[in-house]
Amino acid sequence: MAGKIKVATTSLAGCFGCHMSFLDIDERILALAEIAEFDRSPLTDIKHCSDQVDIGLVEGGLCNAENVHTLREFRESCKILVAVGACAINGGLPAMRNHIPLQECLEESYLDAVGVENPQIPNDVELPLLLNKVHPIHEVVKVDYFLPGCPPSADVFWKFLTDLASGAEPSLPYELVHYD
Amino acid sequence: MTEHMLTIDGQRIPFTEGQTIIEAATAAGVYIPHLCHNPEFKPHGSCKLCTVKVNGRNCSACTFPAADGQEVLNNTQELNETRRTITQMLFIEGNHFCPSCEKSGNCQLQAVGYYLNMLDAHFPFFYPSREVDASHQEVMLDRDRCILCELCVRASRDVDGKNVFALSGRGINSHLIVNSTTGKLKDTDISVDDKAVHVCPVGAILIKRKGFEVPIGERIYDGQDIGQVSLEHEMPIVEEAEHGR
Repeated sequence: MAGKIKVATTSLAGCFGCHMSFLDIDERILALAEIAEFDRSPLTDIKHCSDQVDIGLVEGGLCNAENVHTLREFRESCKILVAVGACAINGGLPAMRNHIPLQECLEESYLDAVGVENPQIPNDVELPLLLNKVHPIHEVVKVDYFLPGCPPSADVFWKFLTDLASGAEPSLPYELVHYD
Repeated sequence: MTEHMLTIDGQRIPFTEGQTIIEAATAAGVYIPHLCHNPEFKPHGSCKLCTVKVNGRNCSACTFPAADGQEVLNNTQELNETRRTITQMLFIEGNHFCPSCEKSGNCQLQAVGYYLNMLDAHFPFFYPSREVDASHQEVMLDRDRCILCELCVRASRDVDGKNVFALSGRGINSHLIVNSTTGKLKDTDISVDDKAVHVCPVGAILIKRKGFEVPIGERIYDGQDIGQVSLEHEMPIVEEAEHGR
């Protein structure tokens, strides 16, 4: 079938819990596959978005330079960009480091922590540079929709995608709105 | 004696002399969203969530006296959008990480967000640095979650007679302070039975070793929205005050 909706997904500073929750739509994924195909996503292992993706789902906030790069590429490729889950919306648990200086975080993890052997702060050139603070994605790009939750339930994904696919303005009823 | 009457969203609401608009509304079973208001205490009027239009002008329903013939607008799209914006600002001015908060599911700030269909915080986050006071054996103070409603200040002063809390600082630096020589809770005479410990609408003041006692699905706002819960709890309080008037 031509003209399937292209859906891309990515996880930035997240835990993949939102992706797992998305997969909890269970057998409904067969109905979804009738009308949609996955583009760039950890589920397909496609590394970059094709030119025009219809819906981009972003899990996780921004904790390093690579996250910011990926997010900007996503925004350019996706007609509709969706912040999925607490981390994308408010930084989430990773943002709880925001009141501790980055240097102290690194020292605590790699130098001073109990049981650390050969203590050193990793500085390989291939490692993306950490940001001073963790940020939600709406502070860097325009976000079209937000799906709150930690993670949003499978029903939230289903309601949102079926609303969009049917041409309706997506909305979440009271029982689907959760911040935890 | 003629009955006093005002209207809220066109509905006729009786009230007694001396009642505020929110008291009249609560007694009549009409929910007006609020956080710093609690009918057991003198109104504070700071959170502005209960903003209603009275004869065309914005007023805080928790402080504005009810008067004959007032035409009050409450549950309108415009007011609820303003209330959502106010709630978003409360979220970005603190550090409200619901997934790791033991108040989640029982938190009025969160429940108001749900009630107003708030899906994001819209504004950039401040991520302010706020001190946690875990010094006391039984009571925990996490300023990250404080919304500066002063309910603990009022409860400690007016009910407990201990004056344990106050607000200090201005703007983003406003914060709750503790009345002891060290500024720590352990050096006050606060105890777990104090009203001040039980009145916090968010997770700023908590009793230790009680977190996550109630499983998800059975928490206060899992099954009912804050409008229902609030009326159920506050209607008897307002009615009792009305009889005592």
